[in-house]
Amino acid sequence: MSTSATVAPATKSIWGGGEAPLKATYGKLMMWFFLLSDAFTFSGLLITYGLIRFTFPSNDSGLNGGEFAWDTTKWPVPEEVFEAVPFLHNMELPLVFVGIMTFILILSSVTMVLAVEAGERMDKKAAQKWMLWTLLGGIAFLSCQAWEWSHFITGTGEEVDFWAVINGKAEMIKVTGASLPYNQYGPPAFADLFFFITGFHGFHVFSGVVINFIIFYNIVVGTYQRRGHYEMVEKAGLYWHFVDLVWVFVFTFFYLV
Amino acid sequence: MAQHTDHSEEVQVVPANKEKIAKIWKVAGLLAVVTAIEFAIAFAPFIGREVKVAVFIGLTIVKAFYIVAEFMHLGHEVKSLIWSILIPFIFIVWFIIAMLYQGDNLYMWG
Repeated sequence: MSTSATVAPATKSIWGGGEAPLKATYGKLMMWFFLLSDAFTFSGLLITYGLIRFTFPSNDSGLNGGEFAWDTTKWPVPEEVFEAVPFLHNMELPLVFVGIMTFILILSSVTMVLAVEAGERMDKKAAQKWMLWTLLGGIAFLSCQAWEWSHFITGTGEEVDFWAVINGKAEMIKVTGASLPYNQYGPPAFADLFFFITGFHGFHVFSGVVINFIIFYNIVVGTYQRRGHYEMVEKAGLYWHFVDLVWVFVFTFFYLV
Repeated sequence: MAQHTDHSEEVQVVPANKEKIAKIWKVAGLLAVVTAIEFAIAFAPFIGREVKVAVFIGLTIVKAFYIVAEFMHLGHEVKSLIWSILIPFIFIVWFIIAMLYQGDNLYMWG
């Protein structure tokens, strides 16, 4: 048996083992496939929003010189719902605040890329600095969202007609603000989808902040310096950019369209 | 602890690649400009609703491309990895088409 020599095939497949065909580590690949599945979840939520939104007529009372009025049977115009900015009371600044939030998240994504770039150069000081900025950006975004939610829940104080089912009978009640069963802005599904989609995204931001904090801590105590590479920063970075990416879509489909 | 060697002192810090960092900021600027354009279009009069929606979706895909290709570095990975991530989105395209078709039957008002 020992006389028969095994000859390696001339054309060895890169999938034959001993090589990394995708030129990425296991951890990075798994992060990519996790993000792919997460993208499916968010797509499902946003497509649901689109589907339900177009089963209702638009509230176009503000168009053609008319005065805008809330109507709980019609889908609201986002410019009318999201028009408040902290510290600027009684001013109508449609979509300004959510624009600021978008900008904060994009900036924190940029500082994340810079942290990854610094990590690749084994530059602990720079990685530490950019990671801290990323962390602050995430916390700032969450604080903005908390304000946005509390403003949305409190409402404008106007009393709006709403058909509710009470003891099996349809009754007209007056509502202001928003909760799961009713809201002053439009059909109940509007507030439900707002809470669910921005809430699910907000929870991703929150977990991203926790992950980023762990990464920041590890940079500071020198874990990655001892390990010899900063790949963990890159993996957390992928997650953080994904959170930014989802917000880009939420911004378009919830606030612009 | 005297014999403990701190490797961090030995690690060589590579100087910053100015070109690479400039490119990161360039992409960031581009994302900010595209968002500003979307914002301007949202309040532009004399543009039809359908046109606006089409432009918003187009610009959103532009932003998504830059975030995924540059920030998430997917544009610089090997081809097979790029396709393993992109091809599954066929299902999302299908889902959108299916829901648009079904959605017509759900309109409650007429």
